[in-house]
Amino acid sequence: MTSTSPIAATSTSTPAPAIALQDLEKSFGAIRIICGIDLVIPAGERHAVIGPNGAGKSTLFHLISGHYRPTAGSIRLNGEEIAGMAPEKINRRGLSRSFQITNIFPQLSVWENIRCATLWSMGYRYAFWRNVERLADAREKTERILSEINLLHRWNVPAGELAYAEQRALEIGLAIAGDASVLLLDEPMAGMSHAETERMVGLIRTVSEGRTLLMIEHDMSVIFGLADKISVLVYGELLASDTPENIKSNAAVQQAYLGTEAA
Amino acid sequence: MTGTSFSLPPPTPGGATSNPVLRYGIWVLVAAGLLLLPQVFSSGLAISTMCLMGTMVIFALSYNMLLGQTGLLSFGHAVFLGLGGFLTAHAMNMGADGLFPLPLMFMPIVGGVTGLAFGILFGAVCTRRAGTAFAMITLGIAELVASSALILRHVFGGEEGISVDRTELPQPLGIVFGPQIEVYYLIAAWCFVSMLAMYAITRTPFGRMCNAVRDNPVRVSFIGYNTTTIRFIAFSLAGLFAGIAGGLTAINFELVNAAQMGAAESGTVILMAYIGGTGFFAGPIIGAVLVTYLQLMLSDITNVWQLYFGLMFIGIVMYAPNGIVGLLAAQRPLLERRCLHRMIPYYVLALVPGLGALAGLSMVIEMTTQLSVSGSEGMSMSLMHIPFEADSVVPWSIAVVLLLAGGYGFLRAAAVTRNAYDTATADRRAG
Repeated sequence: MTSTSPIAATSTSTPAPAIALQDLEKSFGAIRIICGIDLVIPAGERHAVIGPNGAGKSTLFHLISGHYRPTAGSIRLNGEEIAGMAPEKINRRGLSRSFQITNIFPQLSVWENIRCATLWSMGYRYAFWRNVERLADAREKTERILSEINLLHRWNVPAGELAYAEQRALEIGLAIAGDASVLLLDEPMAGMSHAETERMVGLIRTVSEGRTLLMIEHDMSVIFGLADKISVLVYGELLASDTPENIKSNAAVQQAYLGTEAA
Repeated sequence: MTGTSFSLPPPTPGGATSNPVLRYGIWVLVAAGLLLLPQVFSSGLAISTMCLMGTMVIFALSYNMLLGQTGLLSFGHAVFLGLGGFLTAHAMNMGADGLFPLPLMFMPIVGGVTGLAFGILFGAVCTRRAGTAFAMITLGIAELVASSALILRHVFGGEEGISVDRTELPQPLGIVFGPQIEVYYLIAAWCFVSMLAMYAITRTPFGRMCNAVRDNPVRVSFIGYNTTTIRFIAFSLAGLFAGIAGGLTAINFELVNAAQMGAAESGTVILMAYIGGTGFFAGPIIGAVLVTYLQLMLSDITNVWQLYFGLMFIGIVMYAPNGIVGLLAAQRPLLERRCLHRMIPYYVLALVPGLGALAGLSMVIEMTTQLSVSGSEGMSMSLMHIPFEADSVVPWSIAVVLLLAGGYGFLRAAAVTRNAYDTATADRRAG
């Protein structure tokens, strides 16, 4: 199977795309997990990556967010090359992410979790001479984000004591608190009940307003109404990248991915 | 929904310190306490003990900037205490010769600057790693400095160390710092300022990010912060305050030697922070005071005081990992629920067999010591003013029965107490 890149070079003109991957590869020893991916996501798009277990979806996120260093290829964020940069440097350039397995600050309160995530973007950096409680702007922003993720009433609970669905919401809060323009969400609905999933879809729709969203989801039906575009990743290769309708009717996708579920 | 009643969270979430009277009041109380302590404990021994406690409080708090606040286990923190002490001693000797006209009361600044400089130097190396690798590098640095102390004799004074005379320094206010009480007030002042500064640092953007690094360093790098930089700043600042403590040690003892930056001292500060409770700002303060007191007191009444010390540490790690302050803080939900009185009988129930087991253990230890170490002095000994022979059957039987029965009783009572505590606090959540 030769690599097909459905999004041609035609769309990479005037405004730099939010994310542009070119020949991206990642190997662990002799095992190639990501085998040359080309993908362009224009600013403001809601883009979902789907694919079976082990397809390399999380690895792809780890590469874009700087958790892993790519073996080869290029990653551009708003036109700037970020491949191999440290995660905090990529974050400061406007990309933030959530994790598939809840990754919060368990001993800190919900309030402290979100406030920590706001501090860098508000310019407070490593200040050890300013009283953090007197930073009115950080306080306002923390409060705004907590009400957005509907956790304001739980502000003083240690994050580790939250219910699972609440921790998932906090995970989203940590990702949006730094005002990133590009948001990577790794299976935000993982392990949630049907009702919780619906609420989470609503939350993701709100917080991705005015941002570029790239999210991983296992279950295609969940993101059908949410994503503008869907990319299908199978064995480290991009099988297709298109609108949800076209993906649904794509024969190769049906055979490689949906087929296994529909059958 | 409850959401409306919480629409404006207080500015200091997670603590009861939003009330300014409470917030500043506690520091006024601390200052008053430091001023009045010598009036209450006025003996010479008490005052020199409190001098030592004051320096150790600074030292233990500086250590907790690493262990409790940032999650860094350092095995070489005494290096900064020692280097701060040596440089202060040299500065004092230069001051006595008129080469360095800094009044004695500001001499700890020399220690602090030294600690900061070496904190930056060593921190640049060891904070590149976290976890076990960090701990191992600090151990290496401690060994490195300890061995150079024996090589560079003109700097560290060899075995006998560097001695100073604090009264020979310039005395701008006419304070000679001859009597120990004047040294006490100097140490108390520095202790107060250092405590205040270290507490303030916990309430800054940097301080909060230290806690975040402790909790989850991976996540920190995805919210824009460099974890190495946070560890590095924390390490340097911890060096600064340890250096101040070292400077005060030099002034207090008028002698600095290489033992003060050795592995034993680095180990002691871990015990202090841990026994007091690393999760609380007050923990290392309580730990430093208690450990210093026990070091002085236990060594008077038993030859094997270090053994008791080790046992106490193991006991805390196993049964009260949040330290003494953690035990006290655990009573807070009970107080809020107004059901502390219901728990007191359980505590007594656990304490009685616990003390019995401790008495039995202490008898076994002391009689063994009598048999093996002090055997040449005969077998007659006494515990709690009761004389007996260490090689007779009766005291051994009593000891073993106390130890086994008390130990069993304590473990059972502890389980019952824990259940009762869980019920009482679960009650609170339901109600």
